[in-house]
Amino acid sequence: MSTVTVAVNEPPQAAAQTLMRPMLFTGKAYRRMSLLLLAVIGWGLFCFLYQAIVGLGVTGLRRPVFWGFFVTDFVFWIGISHAGTLISAILRLTNATWRYAVTRAAEAITVFALMIGGIFPIIHLGRPWLFFWLAPYPNERLIWPNFRSPLEWDFFAISTYITASSIYLFLPLLPDLALARDRTRGWRQRLYRFLAMSWRGTQQQWHRLELAIQLMAAVVIGIAVSVHTIVSWDFAMAVVPSWHSTIFGPYFVAGAIFSGIAALIIIMAILRRVYHLEAYLQPKHFSNLGKLLLTMTLLWGYFVVAEMITTWYGNLPDEMGTFWSKISGHFAPLFWAMVLCNFVIPFPLLAIKRLRTISGTVIASITITLGMWLERFLIVVPGAANQRLSFNSWFGYYPHWTEISLSLATLAAMALLYMIFSKIFPIISIWELGGGKHAAAAESGGQS
Amino acid sequence: MSQTDSKPAATPRWGMIIDLNACTGCSACAVACRAENNIAIAGAKEAAYNGTLQWMRIERTWTGSGRNFRVENRPVNCQQCDAAPCEPVCPVLATYTNAEGISVQVYNRCVGTRYCGLNCPYQGRFFNWFDYAWPSPMEVQLNPDVSRRTRGIMEKCSFCIQRILAAERQAELEKRALRERDIQPACAQSCPAEALRFGDLNNPGGAVGAAWDSSGLEVLLPEVGTRPKVRYARRVTPPDSRLAAAPTPTAEVEA
Repeated sequence: MSTVTVAVNEPPQAAAQTLMRPMLFTGKAYRRMSLLLLAVIGWGLFCFLYQAIVGLGVTGLRRPVFWGFFVTDFVFWIGISHAGTLISAILRLTNATWRYAVTRAAEAITVFALMIGGIFPIIHLGRPWLFFWLAPYPNERLIWPNFRSPLEWDFFAISTYITASSIYLFLPLLPDLALARDRTRGWRQRLYRFLAMSWRGTQQQWHRLELAIQLMAAVVIGIAVSVHTIVSWDFAMAVVPSWHSTIFGPYFVAGAIFSGIAALIIIMAILRRVYHLEAYLQPKHFSNLGKLLLTMTLLWGYFVVAEMITTWYGNLPDEMGTFWSKISGHFAPLFWAMVLCNFVIPFPLLAIKRLRTISGTVIASITITLGMWLERFLIVVPGAANQRLSFNSWFGYYPHWTEISLSLATLAAMALLYMIFSKIFPIISIWELGGGKHAAAAESGGQS
Repeated sequence: MSQTDSKPAATPRWGMIIDLNACTGCSACAVACRAENNIAIAGAKEAAYNGTLQWMRIERTWTGSGRNFRVENRPVNCQQCDAAPCEPVCPVLATYTNAEGISVQVYNRCVGTRYCGLNCPYQGRFFNWFDYAWPSPMEVQLNPDVSRRTRGIMEKCSFCIQRILAAERQAELEKRALRERDIQPACAQSCPAEALRFGDLNNPGGAVGAAWDSSGLEVLLPEVGTRPKVRYARRVTPPDSRLAAAPTPTAEVEA
């Protein structure tokens, strides 16, 4: 990692100043936006309480569509979380030097998307106040959770993932926290001093840090793949005809990386604009991520074709109900909108070099995010609506206002968490960008 | 000693045979079940939105047309599977097969993930979307032996486990063996056509145990491999020479 790639013409000193500006100064727009988001989150909290007190009947869910928006949101957010860590880890292990500007932003997405995704299984419970029964805690009745349940696997998968990705976010932050400690005073300094954990930038510390980051990058890739596979098994392990599919593991992981890259591009574009990071988040970064996104578009298309054509050719009566409800039935408008959003629109935008600009990749990312949400919905609901006993099929599911409100409120919570993060921590890795460890070490008064 | 009086084996294994030839689709079983098990009435608005709870329901299918028109009424309750797909998926172990083969739902433990409801191929599980009301004077008919369910939990047919337990306690008090005829779930008890028969599968002399392996019985969705303890006596339609000879359906009616 000794390759020094200074992405900008500024000296490290100036880079640190630019990148730390959002941490030290807060504008009016930021405060207004925070208040707006807080209001949306407050409304979401009200909806959640209302739903818990009145009962889940305030949602549009009814038998046999027991799962709807909340499970869709859950899978969607866990998918978004793959943005981060997985992409950052892959870029780190392959030593792609253009990554410096994007890894921190991506790693932060992971942690917050996991927090958001992780609360949906609780929101969706019939008795959410008893959610802790899913945890294997010691209790006087000696009752354990059921380790055979895919939902229980989710519990462990997500808690492992959030732990690992938090560590993976924190480790590369250390030198930057030390930098912030040395450049601030008052309560900020106390905070950074605590978080920087006595980082002085000695040769030994750098050595250990690099080793730890490399190790976590390798570990986190394995965890990320296993997490979304396990999420997919919530469906694949069930006997519901269109859910019981061996392809779901890789299909979900590919979809997760797909939507994750899209979310990263959107957030990078916002950061670039709001914090004036044009010099750091350059068209090159969007173009490179656009290429990754193009790969995933093709992979996603391949998976959808593989999934659909085998169902169609096999023509098993149990599965054909769901199949036709997507192709030409009740869910057809959503299905074709998904194809449009995930393939037809983004493919030319990403494949043609002239269109793979910042706005091109951002448009593609927005449609892909919407399309991937639709994809999750189209896996959950049509399958549940189409049961083996034909008299139990029911397409009456429509989301009610609580479900829509809670989906939007969690989006607001994600945005707010991200905004707060970008105020407390440098959203672009200063030490990596500013020329690797040596420059940064000199910055923080280290001994290297 | 009649057949039904014969002594069941030590641990009973409860099962049911539903005779599709006898069932007229009158829904008495569904009504009796509702009364016995304190099943909430969700109301007309909920019924229009698939929000009703019915542990026992009649699934009515129409096939054919004209002279071959057939109606089949199939009472469907929890099929009490030996390999119940609903059970392993519950993260808090709120449902399991008890020693007597009944798939039971532990209301106190249920947190309402509704995974079991999705993984039941028969859709025999029902969720309490609300705290349902029993407007006066309906509350006086609540069965004191069955707990009322709160919002946010699953419920399902229990083969009237409260009746089974009561009979077992009574037998214990009277220091005698359990008599199969003492136990009747509400649905079987109320069926005027006697289409529902309930009994101990471990008792080869019993009404259900004796017939259990006969070839005329089928299970619902055998391809899912759930091994239900509810079996159906297949509908048999004898060839009707009179119908075949009749030139038109109207002529047949007049004859």
